Amino acid sequence: MTTLAETRARATRKARALLLAPAMAILVFAASGPLIIVVIYSFLTPGDYGGVEWEFSLKAWFNVVAERDFFTDELRFADAHLSVFWRSIKLSILTAILAFIFGFPTAYFIATRPKKQRDIWMLLIMIPFWTNLLIRTFAIMELIRNQGTVNTALIGMGLIDEPIQMLFTEFSLLLGMTYVYLPLMILPIYASMERLDFSLVEAGYDLYASRLKVLTKIIFPLVKPGVVAGSILVFVPCLGAYVTPRVLGGGKQLMLGNLIELQFGQLRNWPLGAALSLSLLAIVMVALLFYVRAVSREGESNV
Amino acid sequence: MIEIEGVRKVFGEGRDSFTALGDVSITIDSNEFFTLLGPSGCGKTTLLRVIAGFTDPTEGRVTLEGRDLLTLPPYTRPVNTVFQSYALFPHMTVAENIGFGLKMLGKPRREITTTVEEMLELVRMTEMADRKTSQISGGQQQRVALARALAPRPKVLLLDEPLSALDFKLRKDMRLELKRLQAETGITFVFVTHDQDEALTMSDRIAVMNHGEIRQIGGPRDIYDHPAERFVADFIGDTNLLPAELLSTEGESARIRLPSGVETQARAATGGQKAGGDVTIAVRPEHARLNGTEGALLPGTLGNVVYFGTDTHYHVDLDSGGSFVVRQQNQPDQQHHRQTGERVGVSFAPGIGQVLKD
Amino acid sequence: MSSRGFDVRRQTGFTTLALLCFVVLYLPIILLVVYSFNAGSSIAIWEGFSWRWYVSAWENERVQAATVRSVVIATAASLISTFAAVLAALATTRTKPWRGQTAAFALINQPLMVPEIVTAVSLLIFFAIIKVQTGYTGLGYLIIAHSAFCIPFAYMPVRARLQGMDLSLEQAGADLYATPLQVFRHITLPQLWPGILAGAMLAFVISLDDVVITEFVKSAGQDTLPTYMLGQLRRVITPEINAISTALLAISVILVTAFFFLSRTRE
Repeated sequence: MTTLAETRARATRKARALLLAPAMAILVFAASGPLIIVVIYSFLTPGDYGGVEWEFSLKAWFNVVAERDFFTDELRFADAHLSVFWRSIKLSILTAILAFIFGFPTAYFIATRPKKQRDIWMLLIMIPFWTNLLIRTFAIMELIRNQGTVNTALIGMGLIDEPIQMLFTEFSLLLGMTYVYLPLMILPIYASMERLDFSLVEAGYDLYASRLKVLTKIIFPLVKPGVVAGSILVFVPCLGAYVTPRVLGGGKQLMLGNLIELQFGQLRNWPLGAALSLSLLAIVMVALLFYVRAVSREGESNV
Repeated sequence: MIEIEGVRKVFGEGRDSFTALGDVSITIDSNEFFTLLGPSGCGKTTLLRVIAGFTDPTEGRVTLEGRDLLTLPPYTRPVNTVFQSYALFPHMTVAENIGFGLKMLGKPRREITTTVEEMLELVRMTEMADRKTSQISGGQQQRVALARALAPRPKVLLLDEPLSALDFKLRKDMRLELKRLQAETGITFVFVTHDQDEALTMSDRIAVMNHGEIRQIGGPRDIYDHPAERFVADFIGDTNLLPAELLSTEGESARIRLPSGVETQARAATGGQKAGGDVTIAVRPEHARLNGTEGALLPGTLGNVVYFGTDTHYHVDLDSGGSFVVRQQNQPDQQHHRQTGERVGVSFAPGIGQVLKD
Repeated sequence: MSSRGFDVRRQTGFTTLALLCFVVLYLPIILLVVYSFNAGSSIAIWEGFSWRWYVSAWENERVQAATVRSVVIATAASLISTFAAVLAALATTRTKPWRGQTAAFALINQPLMVPEIVTAVSLLIFFAIIKVQTGYTGLGYLIIAHSAFCIPFAYMPVRARLQGMDLSLEQAGADLYATPLQVFRHITLPQLWPGILAGAMLAFVISLDDVVITEFVKSAGQDTLPTYMLGQLRRVITPEINAISTALLAISVILVTAFFFLSRTRE
């Protein structure tokens, strides 16, 4: 009898391995494997014209946070890098906050529509999300350039004489990223909001809670997992954003993604680029870990 | 004939393991309507799935007409299942569903068409042949599921709570329908249910299960009138349980002393309890009568009187402690209505009380 | 007192903010589309309706080449990734927990978790090595890279569909004498189709829209439409870019809407 069960189990394992093989092969070849090479490269010496010399060095990692003064040979913080790190983190957090301010009421609005309408409203949220990120960034750029729609309109109305410089500022990055990643905030909040039992809200009002109290003491705690998920979903891609800062920051407002690209492009320091990439990955992983823990703790308390 | 010998099924391992079936042995005869009856989680569905081939038992043997079933994958076993959820293929029509098994068996198209027509007629669904399964009612889906499982002419039909999704009225009609189909096709039916009425009305034999074990096997009348143990007595129908002293036994006949001190005859399974011990006896409410206290087996005071239309339930607080329910059919010309607080006596004929094993 | 009664669902200002949100989401895109039909060469001053920029984009040889390349890559990548994802979904759904399960899921979802720029950089390095070793510089690199990051997108709807599928249907198939292969062909596959189609469409859109990884992996002269547009942004911007964007937008909107209705169809 045991042999029968064993034979079946072995057949199942074999079938599973065969079915998984193509996907795993592609992913190992073009996603995971190359990451390991990045780790190796981060410990090598940069070549003169890009690429690397096969010589072990910790300099790249060291250079992520510190640099040696060219003239005095003095050790000091790599201000240029740290300011980019700081800008990336700051803008990502601000973007998440802005997205929450707009996303929460929107998710609430959709969740309180009649059931048949909700899907259509969600489709309206999904369509911009699935359309090209570059195009959406580009649309924002056309809006806020000096010769763009907003400035042209304001000048046309005689409100201003000179165009307001909005493009290539931190404001433009914030605006662009909020615009681009807003659906990522709405989606998970809506998902938890949709499951919200509105009789709980009624019970709150029945027990003398004001609208604000119902919002903060009943609705918000119940949809908090969605808010956490949304914040992480916005924060993570912001941190690694490349297209939006490149188009709207115009090389002036660098974010981590652009700094990494510079190392592989003009600056030809591949090991530093590799080390910066891995630093970015590390921050993202910490954020994801935080998210997983928050979600699983939420799950436990619900049991 | 299906022979199930020493079948055990343990899910999981170590501390988290759960024994769904603990050493089950049954022999089901050909052309029999055999019912596995028990509360949810008693292992009846697991046993059915072992026969169908969806669950491998941990130990034991299952043979069909002497042929080992366990080494066969489900798709070669001459056994078909009517699923609890019906599991009708949503992308096929009614006719395609019914013909599916025959198609898989590689039968010629002409034969499939004929059999499908026969089956449609058998379950009275001829008009619905080209409908999608989502376009027919629950009762009709049920009949399609039956026809689909019967079409390949299996040796055994397994039915997993097939009536549980239907409303009450339809359920009662389907009981007769199932019984008719079984008689007409001559196929062995193994029917799983937790509904005692279904089991009692349709079955040739019933196996009552609890905690993965068979508690009693017998005909419906046998199981109802002579439950072997407390679980069976309790699970099937209403019952009064009385403590008693077993004075002597002779074959199936037992002499007992009731708590009121009165002695009477009861029925006991052979090889049951020894004389001189405390036992429990079971008496069905409708098998007892309500009289005056004089000469009664169990005197007491009438408590609640609950009117049910067809009958009335009298709750008697016994002088010897505990309570006893007597059920009496209502008569249109009934003059005397008993009142709460009246002194009454409960009686039942000799041999009515059943001595339980536990 | 209001005569309308008390609406428990109302929260002050929420509807206003939500509607504002929808306006903000669509206004820039709508303006982009509108100015693609501008007769003048400004993207802010309207000078009348014209197809002029569509014609000029259509006749632009670099745009033509980039379009063909985009479509070739997206088609190949969506086919490859969907094929791999369907098999993977079959292997990972409805089985008991098995060893290596976490690793497999991590691998499948990696493209969603690792920032695109990091993947792009790693592919740049890895493919640079292969290019030196083999001398091959064709579209293969882009196709395999796109296939990889499309896998989780193709995987999700297929897996969701499989999980939503009634397990007893397949058992009923086996019970009715269908071998495992016949069960797959006659029962699983017909019901999986909407999921597969949805996955393939999603993969196609994702591949078509990719900028970052393509930008890093492409060899010289291998621009796709998005990377071509990114390159153009450094120059004087004419509504031609709007015209190309509008065309791309139209494709995405059509596919996403189709995806939406496909994933909603449940029997």
